[in-house]
Amino acid sequence: MSVGPAVEEIPEASPLGRGGAAGALDVSAGRIRREHLHQLVRTKTFLAGALILAWWVMCAIFGQTFAPFKATSPNLLSFNSAPSAAHWFGTDALGRDVLSRVVVGARDILKIAPLATLLGTLVGTTIGLAQGYIGGIFDLVVGRVVDAALALPTVIVAFLFVVAVGTSTLTLVLVIGLVFGLIIARTVRAAVLQERELDYLDAARLRGETTVHVMFVEILPNVMGPVLVEFTVRLGYAVFTIATLSFLGFGVQPPTPDWGADIAANYQYLAAGYWWETLFPALAIASLVIAVNLLGDSIEAVLAQ
Amino acid sequence: MLRYALKRTGLALLTLLLLSVIVFLAAQVLPGNPGRAILGPFASQQAVAVLDRKLGVDHPLVVQYWRWVSGVLRGSLGTSYQFQAPVSSFLFPALGHSLKLAAVAFVIVVPLGILGGVTAALHRGGPIDRVISVSGLSLSTVPEFVSGIVVIVVFAIELKVLPVTADAPPGSSPLTQLRYLVLPAVPLVFILFGYIARMARAGTVEALGSDYVRTATLKGLPRWLVIRRHVLRNSLVPTVTVIATQTGYLIGGLFVIENLFNYPGLGRLIVTAATDKDFPMLEAGVLFIGIVYIAATLLADLFYMVLNPRTRVGGAS
Repeated sequence: MSVGPAVEEIPEASPLGRGGAAGALDVSAGRIRREHLHQLVRTKTFLAGALILAWWVMCAIFGQTFAPFKATSPNLLSFNSAPSAAHWFGTDALGRDVLSRVVVGARDILKIAPLATLLGTLVGTTIGLAQGYIGGIFDLVVGRVVDAALALPTVIVAFLFVVAVGTSTLTLVLVIGLVFGLIIARTVRAAVLQERELDYLDAARLRGETTVHVMFVEILPNVMGPVLVEFTVRLGYAVFTIATLSFLGFGVQPPTPDWGADIAANYQYLAAGYWWETLFPALAIASLVIAVNLLGDSIEAVLAQ
Repeated sequence: MLRYALKRTGLALLTLLLLSVIVFLAAQVLPGNPGRAILGPFASQQAVAVLDRKLGVDHPLVVQYWRWVSGVLRGSLGTSYQFQAPVSSFLFPALGHSLKLAAVAFVIVVPLGILGGVTAALHRGGPIDRVISVSGLSLSTVPEFVSGIVVIVVFAIELKVLPVTADAPPGSSPLTQLRYLVLPAVPLVFILFGYIARMARAGTVEALGSDYVRTATLKGLPRWLVIRRHVLRNSLVPTVTVIATQTGYLIGGLFVIENLFNYPGLGRLIVTAATDKDFPMLEAGVLFIGIVYIAATLLADLFYMVLNPRTRVGGAS
């Protein structure tokens, strides 16, 4: 828990940690060992999360081959029809099979979310390492900018920039990756500060190693624990953010099957009682975020031991 | 103590200044040419140039930024491209609506979250603890519009106990308005419950393990009295301040929920502005969320400082 005051020369914006998103991580630095993996596969939450995630990954890759109908082909003879033997999840306002759209709809979000999180982790780790190790004026300036960008909920920051640069798979990856990079930088910086006073860094400096070498070869392996935890936590939030942007009309664009976009296209029919068009994509989103978070939690729990 | 407060306030102002630059860059610089964005790709270059001049976007960026910021400081938020009217005439009513919905969510989630957290702590390690912690965590990870749809389907469509939209017919009594706001508040409650419960649980667990609680128990006080007088008073201090930091976050959650429930708040205003490419409106809306967020965090910090003498020194933790 990051309650308690964060006491450093430069106080963070809040001693309480920020929102639910950032700052909720306890920084328990440590190397990742093989026994962690053994412990991990024995935990139930990890297995449950992995199973659900594996299902959606399979849908994302092979969905088109086993979906009962073509996800984008309308059927104007049976639109808004309730779940039946032919259409297990019913059909939407254009008569498209909801089950097929849910299955194939896993594709874009499972492409964008991991790419964005990976980018964010790379950017955030680099910034955080530099901030923590180089320190000084660099840390101060970057820290202020990070604070300012995170003075808004990440969904809104991402929204603002996606609106500005336009929606495409690439811009979504870039925008979400960079915004998450700022959050990850904070965690990594805090972890690096704990390492900075240790003797092995003095030894490396005395050997005459370059700054880049010390950052990436000496410190990085010792903060891999928090970095990995950040990656899984952010992956969950990436799914959250992309689904939300799609719902708001600035994520994956129709007619590409996508859960958030499908909800946006059909939720106006909720009042008319056509619940299946939105409920099934909604449950798909919920199951995916929960699965990713279960994975993240169990990894965090194992590393914290 | 005063020095600490001043330093915090100064940092908050600096953050706000940087935020205004970021918002300005995103809303006025990155979209490229506003005249072109409004008129579309088929408009003549001349029409675009005329519009650009009218909007004042043909000036250097520094001048544009200064005009915008000095306007905001003087209380003028600019003119909406879409409605050709002052942004403030839309922004403030929308902010009012958002605050109303936020208040309803807050009134529900704060007691519920504290109750959940304290209950979990008192049954630490048991099944009740696990149920509260896991459900709180799961609920807080699901996007607001997803849980919103689930509650709409259950309560508005299947059970038909609550209305589907959030906006009560004009002239409704406060009680009717409240009835319309309950359903949209639920997803916000879901998002915040886990966080507040987690803080309350952590605070309570810490207090339960303290020496003064052991002393109170050993001197023979009944358990409920120990909890009420010794545990809760100490455990709720961090919780209350954490809740204060959530105010701004809640406004962020409204962003999505208002669009699902078609509620005329700040969130829907911003998304509508973005769809219409109404950049002044978008800019002002996002800046306002930032102001609320930064102010809430600052107040929470100062409040925490007043409540917790240890932070006043600005030194030891």
